[in-house]
Amino acid sequence: MTGFVVRRFGQAVVVMIIVSMVIFGILHVLPGGLVRAQLGPRATAYAVRQLTVQEGLNKPIVVQYGIWAWHALQGRLGFSYKLNESVGALLSQYLPRDLLLVGTSLLLAIAIAVPLGLWQGYRRNRPDDHALSALMLVFYSMPTFLLGVILIVVLNIWVDVLPSTATNFGTGLGTDFRVLALPVFALCLGNVSYFSRYMRSSTVDNLLSDHVRTALAKGASPRRLLLRHVLRNSLTSTVTLIGLTLPYVLSGSLIIEALFNFPGMGLLFWNAAQDRDFPVLLGVVLVVTVATVVGNLLADLGYAALDPRIRYK
Amino acid sequence: MTTHDNPPPPSQELPAAGAATMATRPSAPSPQRSGERAATAPGAPRDSDVAAPASAWRLGLRTFTENHLATVGLVILVLLVLFSFVGPLLYHTNQVASSLISQNLPPSGSHLLGTSPEGRDELGRLMLGGQSTIEVGLGVGVLATLFGLVYGALSGFVGGVLDAVMMRVVDALLSIPYLFFVVLLAALARPNLLLVIVVLSAASWLSTARLVRGETLSLRTRDYVTASQGFGSRAHQVIARHITPNLLGVVVVNGTLKVADAILAFASIAYLGLGPPPPATNWGELLSAGINNLFDGYWWQLWPAGLLIVLTVLAVNVIGDGLSDVAEIRLQKR
Repeated sequence: MTGFVVRRFGQAVVVMIIVSMVIFGILHVLPGGLVRAQLGPRATAYAVRQLTVQEGLNKPIVVQYGIWAWHALQGRLGFSYKLNESVGALLSQYLPRDLLLVGTSLLLAIAIAVPLGLWQGYRRNRPDDHALSALMLVFYSMPTFLLGVILIVVLNIWVDVLPSTATNFGTGLGTDFRVLALPVFALCLGNVSYFSRYMRSSTVDNLLSDHVRTALAKGASPRRLLLRHVLRNSLTSTVTLIGLTLPYVLSGSLIIEALFNFPGMGLLFWNAAQDRDFPVLLGVVLVVTVATVVGNLLADLGYAALDPRIRYK
Repeated sequence: MTTHDNPPPPSQELPAAGAATMATRPSAPSPQRSGERAATAPGAPRDSDVAAPASAWRLGLRTFTENHLATVGLVILVLLVLFSFVGPLLYHTNQVASSLISQNLPPSGSHLLGTSPEGRDELGRLMLGGQSTIEVGLGVGVLATLFGLVYGALSGFVGGVLDAVMMRVVDALLSIPYLFFVVLLAALARPNLLLVIVVLSAASWLSTARLVRGETLSLRTRDYVTASQGFGSRAHQVIARHITPNLLGVVVVNGTLKVADAILAFASIAYLGLGPPPPATNWGELLSAGINNLFDGYWWQLWPAGLLIVLTVLAVNVIGDGLSDVAEIRLQKR
């Protein structure tokens, strides 16, 4: 297991180094470079020169990458001239709210999708399975923001039970947890459709396997069969899935935060994209990428811990 | 190679829509029909020929139509294409000029689906938006698939250090969340339709490359590849003549799903305001305009666009399922 952990960890580091190079590269293919992006097209030659020296952009590219990477490791991700605040400080404000949004919706999605998928797998090809599959396929084929809009229309406009925006959530101007409900539901439903599809097919595979047939022959009740022999095995692969879906969940949060005006990293990113505020854009991309790499790493390690066969491959 | 006039396999194990559980299918023995082989010129290297006879197509078509959902999906997709590309020829509207006096009008005789916030006819707008949406979907499907195919096949076939480096690059780019990647690229460049296709392709060829590389790794050890190399074929010849044809099934299915993903992603970046600027439009942008007026009750600006996106993506997804049935059968008979 130690060897596996070390090897897998090494891979993650290599991936991170390449990503950092790509992000650094993007920073430098900007039309006119970082300086023009910050000062605009009408800046004087003097101002351009000054900022170039100040940011160290006249140094060789390798040195620049070294400096940038060293700073990034320390959490210094540059300075947003548009928001007049360091990117690190911005992230430390926005990131915790994201953990709440993404974490809650992921947990909720698992809590719904696992029993749902298990049930569908058990009732395979019966009318209720088909109906649920069709519903999930519709959710799966829907842009995340349309899902959010449908929730707003139903739960805010038709039946006024939940607020439709999450502006100012957690910014000190009143923390009403009810505003979290719709963004969390919207983000969660898309994931439910994804997880439950997976859980269903995994359940079907397990139900057809030898150990389940043996258990059935020995007189196990359907309940015991599902909970004890199928669920445990199906969960193993679904756990991995959670780590692997992190990039999709984060992508979803970008849209949902824009829709509900939820002040998380996605909203920060979106505003930065519209203002072409590149230090913020790249800082956020770096953070979500680290989150993804760590998620993948944890998924693999979790899988290896749960399923010994993986370790010996 | 597929053999041709075998009876179609028993269909009772066809999976329900959306489920990709193929574990239950027994792999049929693959009888080689020597009589048929003799029909081609003996000695000539015909084995690499992909121009499968018509009956292979017919078998594929039959398998596809056995999946009723996929057939319905195909019909819906054809109707949507007709709606977007032929519709404007029958239903003439002015989609360039905006009109202050006809903003946000409800559906009526002169505007069948009402008007947009700029006073343009909504139904005509949906047709116009459908064109760019479908173009982006297909464009990304083709471009991303082609690039991923070449990249993955090269990486898997050459192997060694090149493979390791090429695949680490894919790993790295794949760990940037898709939408963040796309929005970053879209923010870098001024959006027009071609650029949107390039940007979305830049983010979606990665999984194809990984898939193709995996398949290539197993294909390159086959005897016919070794034989071809023994006759002196170069790497690019082997990839073109022996590897690619065998990847076709997997790649087409994957490409179809890419079309669906691209349409969703295009809608998302349009919603975020990073799509091509007006008077060009697309369904995502129309839906986004409808969302801006959500609390005014202008339902005609919201639901038709949303419905069209969902229908298209749904249709493409079920078509993908149908195609994967076809591909499975080809694999089974190999």
